Amino acid sequence: MKPYDVIIIGGGVIGTSIARELSRYKLKVAILEKEEELAFGVSKSNSGIIHPGTQNPIHSLRGRLCVQGNALTRKMSRELGIDFKEVGELIVAFNEEDRLKLVQLKDEAEALGVPRLKIVDRAWLKINEPNLSPEVIAALYAPTAGIISPYRWVYDLAENAESNGVEIHASTKVEKILPSTRTGGDFEIYTSKGGFRSRYIVNAAGLFADDISRLVGIDDFKIRARLGEEFLLDKKKENITNHLIFPLPSKDSKGVLVIKTSDGNPMIGPTAQDVDSKTDLSTSAEGFKKVLSSAQRLVPSINGGDVIAYFAGLRPASGGDFIIRHEAKAPGFINVAGIQSPGLTAAPAIALMVSGLLKKNGLSLKRKLFFHHHRKREAHLFNIPLSETKRLIKRDPCYGDIVCRCEMVSAKEVTDAIKRGAKTLDGIKFRTRAQSGRCHGSFCTTRLMKILEEETGKKPTDITKRGKGSEIVKEDRLCD
Amino acid sequence: MIERDLVIVGGGPAGMAAAISARESGVKDILLLERDQYLGGILNQCVHTGFGIEYFKEVLTGPEYGNRFVEKIKGAPEIEISLRSLVVKLTKDKTLTYIKPGVMEEVRAKAVIMATGCREKTREMVHIPGTRPSGIFSAGLAQKLINIEGLLPGKEVVVVGSGDIGLIMARRFTLEGARVKAVIEIQEKSRGLIRNVAQCIEDFDIPIYFRHKILRICGLDRVEKVVVVKVDENFNDIPSSSFEISCDTVLMSVGLIPENELIEMAGVEIDRKTNQPVSKEVNKTSIPGIFCCGNSFKIYDLADWVSKESAVAGKMAAEYIRSLK
Repeated sequence: MKPYDVIIIGGGVIGTSIARELSRYKLKVAILEKEEELAFGVSKSNSGIIHPGTQNPIHSLRGRLCVQGNALTRKMSRELGIDFKEVGELIVAFNEEDRLKLVQLKDEAEALGVPRLKIVDRAWLKINEPNLSPEVIAALYAPTAGIISPYRWVYDLAENAESNGVEIHASTKVEKILPSTRTGGDFEIYTSKGGFRSRYIVNAAGLFADDISRLVGIDDFKIRARLGEEFLLDKKKENITNHLIFPLPSKDSKGVLVIKTSDGNPMIGPTAQDVDSKTDLSTSAEGFKKVLSSAQRLVPSINGGDVIAYFAGLRPASGGDFIIRHEAKAPGFINVAGIQSPGLTAAPAIALMVSGLLKKNGLSLKRKLFFHHHRKREAHLFNIPLSETKRLIKRDPCYGDIVCRCEMVSAKEVTDAIKRGAKTLDGIKFRTRAQSGRCHGSFCTTRLMKILEEETGKKPTDITKRGKGSEIVKEDRLCD
Repeated sequence: MIERDLVIVGGGPAGMAAAISARESGVKDILLLERDQYLGGILNQCVHTGFGIEYFKEVLTGPEYGNRFVEKIKGAPEIEISLRSLVVKLTKDKTLTYIKPGVMEEVRAKAVIMATGCREKTREMVHIPGTRPSGIFSAGLAQKLINIEGLLPGKEVVVVGSGDIGLIMARRFTLEGARVKAVIEIQEKSRGLIRNVAQCIEDFDIPIYFRHKILRICGLDRVEKVVVVKVDENFNDIPSSSFEISCDTVLMSVGLIPENELIEMAGVEIDRKTNQPVSKEVNKTSIPGIFCCGNSFKIYDLADWVSKESAVAGKMAAEYIRSLK
């Protein structure tokens, strides 16, 4: 068994943020991810909002980590070459009673340290958010809210961590853990891909964090899946709003939002529904109706006909605040569980907190002489001007070989994505946007399959949407 | 910037017919931009017969039908063909930007004919709830996988909608040894051609359910089953009538949408419901000198009609160019 200092279980935004933070130090670190690619769990259906820190209880851990994470994400997005757009958010009020709640929200958020908050009136909204419902009388404006691509963020964190020595083991499902108390030293971790030995374990297993925790005998929390359905609108509607639009939050959800995304497509959602299954990502007709009518209450011109895609995600809900702690009963085991909203925002702050917990519990953190802070930004034709595209095509002709015409993705971007780790069609989609436009891959799927075959040596029958069991075709008539 | 008399975008049946007729009407400088590596467009994957009956009074396959036009174009020195060339921008003063491997080019035309065809409506556009596993294909993608790539997408198929491509693919899957378990159509009759219903569905004893719709798609990684329900005359579900069909593949054939994002970018008025250019006259758009023909102008049932009416677009463009002098 290969020995490690820290094994991180789970390759979502939490696991990769922690890995990137730990990669500053002279440590042997690995991420174990059960899916074929990183970000295929909770992170892939994240809304991509970097929250300012509003709408959190004053003394909550998640509120504190969210405010800190917002500032850290800005800095790290520059280091890692990913777009972070500070678009700002508006929490809207429809009547005088609502307006009073805005004041309360503002006070609570200011106590948490959220900067530059202001309550804006109808006149301000008319100028700055013209498509907002005329019935909105005021809003709490939080200018520090931003957007990022949640999956590209995970891939960029992982890539940077990897360049600093972190190992990533995908399709590696943890099945059994022998605790340190039993082995008298390191944990022994048995997986679908063999054994690992490690002094410390960080459990960032998202929806399955309770199952992993139970493997070392800690079972005092339960993760429940809370389903959220989201609906993407055509890119033509990119500027339907200028800000992220929130209704007033209810007790257990932020409600249905109108979201701007890094990819340009506005998104409406999510719903919030407790479900029994941790794998079923079904959308429903009721969900669509509810989201559409709730979104139209905020922005009446949103049209159901503009929906080009929808999906559901599961939030890992613990029923309370984030659970981030060292487990004294299993020394060396750190739980990072129940990380639902604002987990994406809080992730870098969570990573700092976890490295602190590791240090406090005996891990020596010695800085590496050379730490690669920066990651080279890759080009995406969809978000650069044509003049820049022209320059790229001159440099590499493959930028002029357009594979996905709806989203203008070139063969060069696809091969780059595969070289950087994409193994499946969804992996290519998340990294490049190919197949995520209006035609949903009708025109480009065969070409993408061919590029995957060429780059990886896979047979067409081995190519999957998102890992084993999701093969695209059943038989190759030319070979079988 | 390069200047051309006529630029035609799209080298399928519409673009080819327009190019040939523009040349016959006297246009001497034509650039035909095709994004694929061959001319012919969707005809290349339509290996079934039924093409040419109106136009050539012969029964041809799609590739045979397309080749008749390809041969004519290749023999015409006035028509320059640029393959693998995707137009990414069109302005109202008829400047086009296109990309091909190694090159980005700007070209200014006296007249433009857009023959950009159509795309298929997706599962998302008709809002079918459920999971999003692999095994859900547009009928056109399944056709390309089988006929061009030699790959069989699935073995137990349910076809949603009864558009012509869906009907033809039901037969194609059957011929390939797959089992087509049902065609589900929400209307009371097929939206496809009568001959396709007879030759592709009835002749192969494929069950077709009218006034039914898919309630839900199920399956975690791969499609496992669909839940089907009968609807009343107002298209409301009759819940007691629901039943399940196990399958590994769902084929979507629920209609076509003209691809008009480029002319929309140029400022052409577009009907939001149909995505067609708003127009009183065939092939015309709200911008003089920008013409639109074939399935991007409106959805045609037969390629033969596309060829016929697109030839008119070629003539119209020729007249327009003459009128500028």
